[in-house]
Amino acid sequence: MQKLTIPISDDHIRSLKVGDSVTLNGTMLTGRDAVHKWIFDTFIEKKRAPEGDDQEVYEAIKQILEGGVIYHCGPVVAGLDSGDYKFVAAGPTTSTREEPYQARVMQHFNLKGVIGKGGMAGNTLAACRDVPGVYFHAIGGAATLIAQSVKEVLGVHKLDFGVPEAIWVLQVEEFPVVVTMDSHGSSIHDEVDQKSKKILDSLLA
Amino acid sequence: MLNLTDKFLELVRLAATSLPPDVEKALRESVEKEEPSSASRGALETILKNVELAREKSTPICQDTGTPIFYVHYPQGWSTIELKAQIREAVVEATKLTYLRPNAVNSVTGKNTGDNTGDEHYPTIHFEEMEGNTLSVDLMLKGGGCENVGAQYKLPNSKLDAGRDLEGVRRVVLDAVYQAQGKGCAPGILGVAIGGDRGSSFIASKETLLRQLDDKNPDAELAALEDTLFEQANQLGIGPMGFGGETTVLGAKVKAVHRLPASYFVSISYMCWAYRRRKMTVIGDNVIYA
Ligand code: SF4
Repeated sequence: MQKLTIPISDDHIRSLKVGDSVTLNGTMLTGRDAVHKWIFDTFIEKKRAPEGDDQEVYEAIKQILEGGVIYHCGPVVAGLDSGDYKFVAAGPTTSTREEPYQARVMQHFNLKGVIGKGGMAGNTLAACRDVPGVYFHAIGGAATLIAQSVKEVLGVHKLDFGVPEAIWVLQVEEFPVVVTMDSHGSSIHDEVDQKSKKILDSLLA
Repeated sequence: MLNLTDKFLELVRLAATSLPPDVEKALRESVEKEEPSSASRGALETILKNVELAREKSTPICQDTGTPIFYVHYPQGWSTIELKAQIREAVVEATKLTYLRPNAVNSVTGKNTGDNTGDEHYPTIHFEEMEGNTLSVDLMLKGGGCENVGAQYKLPNSKLDAGRDLEGVRRVVLDAVYQAQGKGCAPGILGVAIGGDRGSSFIASKETLLRQLDDKNPDAELAALEDTLFEQANQLGIGPMGFGGETTVLGAKVKAVHRLPASYFVSISYMCWAYRRRKMTVIGDNVIYA
């Protein structure tokens, strides 16, 4: 299994092909619906002006996202009272909900990787080619194991979005994922869908 | 009447953290069917590692601990009011202990109750009075991702050329597996009900998921259909997580229930690989878990 360190270089990204199993190591962020919408509206489309700590958080996450990775995840976190946070369960959530934002977010930050489950659609695949970047599929349901690969919670932003929706800054080691969309235009999700459709048609013939 | 709250709590803990042996066995056997160093084999290996770790650490197998669905078979003379109160208390306690994630959301306000109790349907509890003096309680934790890919078909269905017979059932079930792709955290288990009204049909489709993976349907025709569905669903090649591969489903269980002449429903409850179901049996003072 290939070991990748974040930030990931363009050369590394281009060497990845769909079907590759890799482990991720380094610093990454969680971000799901609320975070994607907030970034998109405030800093990409600029539909709303930054308020409160918006600008500050943006500057902080920008550095991590440059060449970095975002994880679609709504974790179960212990230590909320003490601030001594620990990830208890942290499997991936369904990624398609971020499809309207993902491509622009990747371009905006030079984001190299998106982790989630279920795969994403055409716009994200195109962004993977252009940026370049890849989609990493985590194993749905493998919540305890993934939480184990989170070695440290380095911080949290936007906790007012709620625990699952906040931006968690994580130090991960040996985080297991599979490349299912690569920078060469391939998507396992499209391939499997088309192949299984053909087989279905023959089984129903 | 006994106070079984602690016993119910243990049932919840066991279900959330320890995958049943038959499911784990099926997953282990599937690993061997996938190509060495393929993504699908890797996915199954990761799943199995996670299963072991969750059991060892007594933490949830998956962070979505699902809808708790209880099936209570109770002897004459027991109070379902008391049983219900004890079950609800156990669920609240299990949530505090992080065996369960708070999952009960008010559909109007969007507010999460925080303790996994909601209206009279949450958690779901089915009661059935039985002869004899044994209490048995099955608990299933039904995840959201897989529930979202469940489906109900009304036959005849002209698009799939599915008529009102078992061949029609085969056609729509395979379509449902294709539509689901890997999104219900494949490999899945298919709970299928034929007949009923829309509501009873889905209830029956979940009941079939209480069966053991390696049992055999006593009805020969349905047994044959289960074998066909299992085989052909796997031929689709969707594979673990939808990565492609040999293991798309771990099993198919079918139940037929009576229907109105006018209706012919086929309901499919898709269960993810995190097939969390456990049973507790109370005989006298003895409590046995399986
Ligand atoms: S479908 Fe099952 S394994 Fe997947 S996230 Fe939901 S509960 Fe977990």
